[in-house]
Amino acid sequence: MYVAVKGGEKAIDNAHAWLGEIRRGDTDIAALSVAQIRSQLSLAVDRVMAEGSLFDADLAALAIKQSRGDLIEAIFLIRAYRTTLPRFGASAPIKTENMACMRRISATFKDVPGGQVLGPTFDYTHRLLDFKLAADGVIDEARKAATPDEAKPHITEFLNQEGLIQHEPTSDTTPPDLTREPLELPASRALRLQALARGDEGFVLGMGYSTQRGYGRNHAFVGELRIGDVAVELDIPELGFSVEIADIEVSECETVNQFSGSKTEPPQFTRGYGLVFGQSERKAISMALLDRALRWKELGEDSSGSPAQDEEFVLYHCDNIQATGFVEHIKLPHYVDFQAELELVRTLRREATEAKVAKEAAL
Amino acid sequence: MNTEYNFAYLDEQTKRMIRRALLKGVAIPGYQVPFASREMPMPYGWGTGGVQVTAACLVPDDILKVIDQGADDTTNAVSIRKFFEKTGGVKVTEETAKATVIQTRHRIPEAALTEGQILVYQVPIPEPLRFLEPSEVETRKMHALEEYGLMHVKLYEDIARHGHIATSYAYPVKIEGRYVMDPSPIPKFDNPKMEMAALQLFGAGREQRIYALPPYTQVVSLDFEDYPFEKGGAQQACGLCAAEDAYLDEVIMDDAGTRMFVCSDTDYCRVRREAGHIGEMGVPLAEDAA
Repeated sequence: MYVAVKGGEKAIDNAHAWLGEIRRGDTDIAALSVAQIRSQLSLAVDRVMAEGSLFDADLAALAIKQSRGDLIEAIFLIRAYRTTLPRFGASAPIKTENMACMRRISATFKDVPGGQVLGPTFDYTHRLLDFKLAADGVIDEARKAATPDEAKPHITEFLNQEGLIQHEPTSDTTPPDLTREPLELPASRALRLQALARGDEGFVLGMGYSTQRGYGRNHAFVGELRIGDVAVELDIPELGFSVEIADIEVSECETVNQFSGSKTEPPQFTRGYGLVFGQSERKAISMALLDRALRWKELGEDSSGSPAQDEEFVLYHCDNIQATGFVEHIKLPHYVDFQAELELVRTLRREATEAKVAKEAAL
Repeated sequence: MNTEYNFAYLDEQTKRMIRRALLKGVAIPGYQVPFASREMPMPYGWGTGGVQVTAACLVPDDILKVIDQGADDTTNAVSIRKFFEKTGGVKVTEETAKATVIQTRHRIPEAALTEGQILVYQVPIPEPLRFLEPSEVETRKMHALEEYGLMHVKLYEDIARHGHIATSYAYPVKIEGRYVMDPSPIPKFDNPKMEMAALQLFGAGREQRIYALPPYTQVVSLDFEDYPFEKGGAQQACGLCAAEDAYLDEVIMDDAGTRMFVCSDTDYCRVRREAGHIGEMGVPLAEDAA
């Protein structure tokens, strides 16, 4: 005799309890604190803040702990929290030219005003496992140099002064907000950049990479990559002026790309732009490559039909929370649809078999 | 009830935005209205669109029923029902007739719905033309121009190849002679029920679209004069309640592959069994409970 399966509710509660236990792991080992995650897994925290679109390192660290280190799950937790927050106002545009840089490099000029600052980078480390870390070895303190308080102007500005690089038009229109309005195409560049800034690092990396391998190639040089703190200012209507409310860490990449021009128009370099919360130059560089690829129409180029040039393809698929949800939802029950397909396939098979038998009988 | 969040989770501004989209949807039946879908505390693909529509419709007096695959006790239906109990404190029920709002995934209840009820569908891909034309820019243009030739060609090709229209669920419908609409992945068996007394609302969260069918709207499943639409359905009666007019799930009973067919609509099956209908493999309800 068949009794319909009941008990979904109990199963869910028990599954959650088990998840909690597994999250904690071996209780003989001390639990990770949120502060430890925040300070020692800071790049994971940065990624969660960037793709979660919420600058709060403590919440991001908590989300990483809660998600057992699954960063997309952590990003999801942050997004779901963020969407419930009220909007007090919009900050003034951040001035990255005034950034307190911990890292600032240019691949296009050997030296630049303000200097090249390598900063805390993996770039020239040899990727050898450091067993001292496993043994809790003491790390030598880094030597400090006196930092000259020198201005670090944007390097592309030097090209701009000469007219060598395409001039970005300025605009005071309020940029659209992807989290408050439905995405409608064609999207403005501001909206595209917004989507890419919160887009999946892996997706943006892959798309950026594809442009380098010929799918929408745009010959990029890293004009400048800078990472550091910038002040966030908010206009307070009651005061009539803006006040600094926070410092946030961002990574910014400006690429200098293939020039455009013709017999009548003097040739000029073009630009790609990437800006990401926290320290994530991989994402910032990839984003700049992808931004440049998506600008083909605005710059009067022909599209080669590459995925990286297809705004609809990129914008509809770069969000990892949407992607992971829809990809994973196929594990939910689909009995009803499958039953409908089963019946259809059985009917079609029966008819095909009957037709075959009839044909053979006629021979 | 959880008071840290607004009634039914969403803030009132968001609800207003969704209600505006719903009104527009009701005014233009079958038209997909873009809306600023929010990130919900459950993943995309789990019914975030339906949950947002339900949240925007619920009032404290409502009685909510949630089904997935026709059943009230599938895990995701349980989870969504608990969500609204927690965030809205609304009454919930499994009885179709008692519910004022029914959120569903993949089925329309067997019992006819009545005026005043709202049926909310969870929709994964709201665009009926999506698998014929991947670009949203193009499909919106096709709807605007009422350019549905591609869909008819697809149905024709099905017949040419298989002898049948080879779509068994999410079978496209035309609304009041204008918009071609995706009925969500309900089996085509349910399509004829869509001309009903209740208000039908469709929410696609990830795709940021809402659409609607006011009560008694004309809903026509696409077909050809010489190949009329057939709703299909099981050849058997329900093993538990002997219903012959219901959509049935196929359950594999043992290693030998013995099959049993039971109502996918669990409430419909329960009501019939309570009324004394017993299927071939069923027992009276009291014994089952014991």
